[in-house]
Amino acid sequence: MNTPDLECRDLVKDFDDFRAVDHVSFDVPQGSFFSILGPSGCGKTTLLRMIAGFQEPSAGDLLIKGRSMVGVPPNKRPVSMVFQHLALFPTMNIGDNVGFGLRQRGVGKSEIKDRVEQVLARVGLPGVSGRRVDQLSGGQKQRVAIARCMVLEPDVLLLDEPLGALDLKLREHMKIELKSLQAEFNTTFVYITHDQSEALVMSDNIAVMNHGRFEQIGSPHDVYYNPATAFVAGFVGEANRFEGKVVEASDGILSVETTGGARLRVTVPENGLSSGQRVQVYLRPEAIALSKSAPAADPSANGGQGIVESVLFNGANSMVILRDATSGATLSVTLPQTGAFTGLSKGDTVFTRWTADQARSYPLAEA
Amino acid sequence: MRSDHQKLGFYLLIAPLLLWLVLLILLPHLGLFIVSISEKVGVREYETGFGNYAAFFNEPLYWRTFARTAIMSILATALTLILGFPIAYYIAKLTRGRTKTTLFMMCLIPFWVSELVRTFGWMILLRETGVFSQTLQYLGLTAGPIEFLYNDAAIMVGLVYTSILFMIVPLVTTLDSLDDSLVEAGYDLGGNGYSILREIVIPHAMPGIVSGCIVVFMLSLGNYLTPILLGGKDSLWFTGMIYSQFITRFNWELGSAFGFLLLALSSAVVFIGLKLSRQSLSETMGR
Repeated sequence: MNTPDLECRDLVKDFDDFRAVDHVSFDVPQGSFFSILGPSGCGKTTLLRMIAGFQEPSAGDLLIKGRSMVGVPPNKRPVSMVFQHLALFPTMNIGDNVGFGLRQRGVGKSEIKDRVEQVLARVGLPGVSGRRVDQLSGGQKQRVAIARCMVLEPDVLLLDEPLGALDLKLREHMKIELKSLQAEFNTTFVYITHDQSEALVMSDNIAVMNHGRFEQIGSPHDVYYNPATAFVAGFVGEANRFEGKVVEASDGILSVETTGGARLRVTVPENGLSSGQRVQVYLRPEAIALSKSAPAADPSANGGQGIVESVLFNGANSMVILRDATSGATLSVTLPQTGAFTGLSKGDTVFTRWTADQARSYPLAEA
Repeated sequence: MRSDHQKLGFYLLIAPLLLWLVLLILLPHLGLFIVSISEKVGVREYETGFGNYAAFFNEPLYWRTFARTAIMSILATALTLILGFPIAYYIAKLTRGRTKTTLFMMCLIPFWVSELVRTFGWMILLRETGVFSQTLQYLGLTAGPIEFLYNDAAIMVGLVYTSILFMIVPLVTTLDSLDDSLVEAGYDLGGNGYSILREIVIPHAMPGIVSGCIVVFMLSLGNYLTPILLGGKDSLWFTGMIYSQFITRFNWELGSAFGFLLLALSSAVVFIGLKLSRQSLSETMGR
């Protein structure tokens, strides 16, 4: 087993009386794309800055290629960082920007020139080295920022939400481009973002972070379909949330009575829940099947009848908000794009159906 | 009709500026120039010619004082920059909020009193019976009183002190606009303190450095009070020489020629400075 490129052991960072990073442990194998996903203020930037060396951890250890980095200044670490606003040097042209790191290492002038040209060609921008920074478009600057780091052949490349400032179309495009650049350079990428779709599309592994802790580390598929905690279920992807109480647990199926009075049948989670416990149930909008006529009664599935409150048209991601006929709870459901529901409008009655294994339930902390 | 009103408004607004430029800058200089090219040949008899300028180049005392003033001013500017840059960097980059305002105010407060008072303050410190001399005697480091005043070093101290604010203000403004992540990116890419200062901070601060240097150089070159008070009678500052031509010798013609030479000198030095630093006047002053 190879040593992972990056390894964090019980990393802690305290600011005065505030703990920004709380006992975080993870490792990132060589050549993989690792994302840290979390809402703003969850400590992900602090974590990244500790890896880069701009902040020292209060406790714990941080290893790159098996070597401890605690106490090593940022200019001596084998990591490079792509900053949120890229931080290209406006007083230098593109070639000098990309060559900056090599100049610091004392590489000869002609070699710097060759290597800068090579790396610019690899990111798809040959021959731009004479241009000024403000002559490039947003996407080009992005690639220059990556080239400026990659020319140093770092062990780990850190990316601090670099797509945040781009417009939607370009962001979608850069997601694919970043992923292919990562494959091209075969370098370990650690990417932080609050945008779940960026993390889901690009990553080999995602860590979901909240209040300084890692809630879950897993593949994008895992994080989406098997969220380990209620926070992950709510943060990654859309979800309907119900609160209720377990009234019966048998044969791996829980019966939950929601606060609205509806009965739900959900699969018992791995950590187990017992009768009488208060729970929260998360259900993905796309897990609910819609039909215009009442489906055949199926005791193993959940079904109901709802009245359309509103239709949120958003192309392929259109949703419909229903009010459940029995409980009065609202339910968002993805609108199937088969054409069957084209004419759906407010006040229509539809039938919903979802199976017990589609929902995830978690114990509700007692208030 | 409407456009006529607008035009009238425009001319009314620009009138004070035009009056100021024409009456206080253009006319006096024109008059000075005419005086400077008139040679006195007899009582109330004048001839046009460049004799006054020739007199300047023929008398070594004049052009040596002139060169000395220029070199001392350049030196004072360089010293002010070297002293002011770390202060400005500290205020702009390493402090925030109230500390920043307080430090900035502390730089500003000495400038609420007149230059004369500030210079006298230095005299109290530096004179033979002054604070420094007394302290050294009290500590037993010297046997007798020491005169710190009336030498070039005292002039230099005074010049730097009087003009350092005009260096710090533009530097703080430009350094404030330097994004911290640029410095961090420099470290991240393997730079050290020196290379980041040279390749990132100074190029960014260049407009501020140049505008600060221009102002400080002009102030030093045109300073009269500080060299006379701290340098004493033999300080030999070019402005002092102009003063004595006008007031002591009533030789307005030569005095005017000196004035014009000083103007030419300051323009030339600023021009060379801008060329060397590859900055343009509009770029540095427009900030």
